[in-house]
Amino acid sequence: MTRAVSGLRAWLVQRISAVYLLVFIVFALGHALLSPPHSYQDWRGWIASPVISIAASVFFAALLAHAWVGLRDVVLDYLPDAAVRVAALSALAIALAATGVWALRILWAASS
Amino acid sequence: MPSTTEASERGTSSGKAMRRPVFLNLTQIRMPVGAITSIAHRITGVLLAAGVPFSLYLLGQSLESPQGYARAGALLGNWAVKAAAVLFIWALAHHLLAGVRHLLSDIDIGSRLHAARRSAWIVNIVGLAVALLAAGAVL
Repeated sequence: MTRAVSGLRAWLVQRISAVYLLVFIVFALGHALLSPPHSYQDWRGWIASPVISIAASVFFAALLAHAWVGLRDVVLDYLPDAAVRVAALSALAIALAATGVWALRILWAASS
Repeated sequence: MPSTTEASERGTSSGKAMRRPVFLNLTQIRMPVGAITSIAHRITGVLLAAGVPFSLYLLGQSLESPQGYARAGALLGNWAVKAAAVLFIWALAHHLLAGVRHLLSDIDIGSRLHAARRSAWIVNIVGLAVALLAAGAVL
């Protein structure tokens, strides 16, 4: 894949994920303001419902993809040294992957 | 706005051969309103990413057990956590608004200079206003 194509892909990923994040955050904030959970059972029941748990899983996937493109841009802008760059990007990738696993475990535990 | 393509070319052979002028006199660099919106978009993005593990920790606690739910609620009562929450809410508000501004200018809405300056002011001010509202609500 050429550099130009990979740049276009990052641009697209950033925008598609942005739109999903925006819709989900507006929906979740609206729900939290209009019908806040009154108890633990209430809250967990809401998260564990199939539609919300799937929407939340997609939210975390979109969030991590969005964070990857954005933080990668930051690393590429401020760390010109190739070795430092590779180290920073590797650390970032590992941290984001671990965060994703953590998020899915939380959602699965709530649904089981 | 720094772009990925520019940035990734910087470290490659073409970038190394060229001596780039560096001007970092912060008292003389001019920051038009759009530049403030832009750098704040980047800073808030990094802040939000840094806030993800804390948010996940709270989410995990709140879903684990009724005790954890109570603990997460109590944690939000702590003043340091409240201050961090207000900062996080500012970051979220600014980042979302600046992002919507970008998406709109991608489809050619508000991409001319005058409209772009005006929307940059709106983003900066509304972001701060949301943070003030949040501060009023939680503190």
